[in-house]
Amino acid sequence: MSAVGRALYRHPTDLAVEGCLNAIADAGLTRDDIDGAAAFHIEGSAGVVEMIDTLGLQVDWFADLSIGPSQISAIFEAIMAVETGRARHVIVFHSSCEGTVRTTLGKGGSMPGSASATPERVSGMPEWWLPFGAPSAGNHIAMYAQRHMHLYGTTREQMAQIPIVQRRNAGLYDKSIYNTPLTMEDYLNARMITEPFCLFDCDIPIDFCTAIVISSTDATSGLRRPPLAVEATSHALKSRPSWDQFDDLSTMVLRDVGLDLWKHTDLTPGDVDVAGVYDGFTFITMAWLEALGFCGKGESGAFIEGGQRISLEGELPINTNGGQLSSGRMHGWGYLPEVCLQLWGDGGARQVPNGPEVGVVASGGGVFAGAMLVTRS
Amino acid sequence: MSTVPGPMRIPPLLTELNTDFWTGGLAGELRIQRCTHCATYHHPPTSVCRNCLRGGLTAQVVSGTATVMAFTINHHQWSPTATTEPYVIAIVELPEQDGLRITTNIVNCDVRDVHIDMPVRVVFEPLADVALPLFEPDR
Repeated sequence: MSAVGRALYRHPTDLAVEGCLNAIADAGLTRDDIDGAAAFHIEGSAGVVEMIDTLGLQVDWFADLSIGPSQISAIFEAIMAVETGRARHVIVFHSSCEGTVRTTLGKGGSMPGSASATPERVSGMPEWWLPFGAPSAGNHIAMYAQRHMHLYGTTREQMAQIPIVQRRNAGLYDKSIYNTPLTMEDYLNARMITEPFCLFDCDIPIDFCTAIVISSTDATSGLRRPPLAVEATSHALKSRPSWDQFDDLSTMVLRDVGLDLWKHTDLTPGDVDVAGVYDGFTFITMAWLEALGFCGKGESGAFIEGGQRISLEGELPINTNGGQLSSGRMHGWGYLPEVCLQLWGDGGARQVPNGPEVGVVASGGGVFAGAMLVTRS
Repeated sequence: MSTVPGPMRIPPLLTELNTDFWTGGLAGELRIQRCTHCATYHHPPTSVCRNCLRGGLTAQVVSGTATVMAFTINHHQWSPTATTEPYVIAIVELPEQDGLRITTNIVNCDVRDVHIDMPVRVVFEPLADVALPLFEPDR
């Protein structure tokens, strides 16, 4: 992880150098041990070729990935690269200067959820929502949340537990963006963004770089930390990757991933000790909890009610560093590092008790999604 | 162009595929692409029928009625020139085919009156060289 902030006024390459070097050192490796590299590369972030050159890497394998399958596709690709013998130690990373871009360009200057400037004309998927005053993924996910409420009686008070519990976690994390306690009253009185979402249902654009080393199982002896194992991954997509043409407007394409993930493991949802679940908007987290089988369809509201289950001491602690809602929009790249720290027992004040052994990481959700299980090996 | 500030609206780039949909409203028509072989409707417009994988897709005028499946009342001002008034974004389903839906705005009613399963009908709003299909209560 690099420095993290709302607007650091640093180039994403600079952040990526810091993040990657920190990750390589944390693993107990040197630059010369790295023989693979992969990046999630979107506008406002550093690309893999640029970083290979900047860090003087000599690689046998590399990949530069955009959205799909999910924002953490570079991690999935790196896992396949080491599994198939293409590389031994792959540095994977994502950096963004979205916070600085948003701060510099001001309201309407950049597209919500990205570091790219607002276009004059629109084509591709956004063509079907930008003419209708719906520039944010939050508009679409809010519609799904509204339908979930209509069908299942889900309430805003239930949904509020996600930001409230996560804010408590963020208060125990030194790199969080917001760490003052959030009350139900704060939540219910907050400015509405797109109903039923208020300000606290939405994550916050930041600058950062997350970097992780993915190593082959036969290359892990002598590393600084005990290696963690990737038990299973999934990025299945079996329905329309579309906000409005998807067949069930009370869940999202993450449904396919949630079903598929458990086909690749003997573990079950009940084995999971800690979860990093996408929280760009609160309802995505709820939909993931249902999709991953932690509760039944339509039951996520009741599951998180009161917040105990998803708190640090609960049966399924989620987003233990505050998640994207309190620690910033890392485009899905904050969950794996945090789950790894928890499995290593390095969570500090926010450590999940009783030595968690199995973690789930779930990224994206709306029109693309990916999930993985990580275990102490 | 209207001088009353509305939602942040960015017009579509017209292409061979999408022109029928975006300009049909200039003639008062809601046009949805349909397969000439298997009669499946498609939205957004596509280059091959997702059902039978053949070409030969043409625009067909549909009834213009729909049902609200999901909606949100938007409050955030996404651009400095956009309205500060709440407006409704909705996904409506057309009666012509199960699951055939359009993302749109519900207009000509109080935002608080919009509800899921509400019957609506198309109205068109000009934007640059296109006409946006918006929907109003079908009373």
